[in-house]
Amino acid sequence: MVVLLSDPFEALFKFQQGLDAFRTSDWLQSGPSGGGSYPLVNVFRKGDDLVIIAEVPGIDKSNLEIQVKGNTLRIAGAKSVNYPQEAGLHRRERLAGRFARAVTLPVGIEADGVKAECRDGILVLRLPRAERDKPKAIKVE
Amino acid sequence: MADPKELAVRDKQELVTKEEKTVPARYYVPSTDIYETEDALTVVMEMPGVEKKDITVGLENDRLRVEGQIDFSKYEGLEPVYTEFNVGHYARAFMLSSKIDQDKISGQVEDGVLTLTLPKVKEAQPRRITIS
Repeated sequence: MVVLLSDPFEALFKFQQGLDAFRTSDWLQSGPSGGGSYPLVNVFRKGDDLVIIAEVPGIDKSNLEIQVKGNTLRIAGAKSVNYPQEAGLHRRERLAGRFARAVTLPVGIEADGVKAECRDGILVLRLPRAERDKPKAIKVE
Repeated sequence: MADPKELAVRDKQELVTKEEKTVPARYYVPSTDIYETEDALTVVMEMPGVEKKDITVGLENDRLRVEGQIDFSKYEGLEPVYTEFNVGHYARAFMLSSKIDQDKISGQVEDGVLTLTLPKVKEAQPRRITIS
């Protein structure tokens, strides 16, 4: 599914439907990836490479720790929610705490080439696919 | 200090409004904390992926409405293989009980979290009366 931006609303709706369709995907489930724990992740393919996106609002870069070992990625950190002491709380929906999640990918990745960036509460991890794991075109003789 | 307990996952909730949207795309409800001090009401909303320029805040007849648009073009060329959450614009509205000084509303965004400070008008602030 490649998104075209001819009609942004239509495109967004299609994209949302596309995301829903992969909710039942068992792509990660073959490994011990702790599906459904914080932070929730979306995995995308971009050409040969993988892009993992997680929503981590209110977490500063310095409170995020990303590690890669083999095909396993570990995302850990802590989130705090602070208020002035004298304030009266009307509503409390934001959650705080520590988290650690390991995601084992079913494809080989180049650990040295992994890039992480965090902007506007979105963590984006770019994982280049390992050369040895890339599909090779076989010439038919 | 960070909370030592484990951070639980809060599922994103789809926005349900009285008025329906004319476009089919889904909106989500930002997780919100609201607290009140003597001189102001503070609204904190989590809207990951929304840039400062894409947030609109309106206050009309005591109804505070916040909308945040995500920049969906960032997802161009990405093909989903496994997903656990959906993405969409954010919207939420609150009826305010205290009188707010509209001109002094201020906001800031950091790490996808919008903090709105709504100062109360002078009459609404509690006053201490000294008895002579």
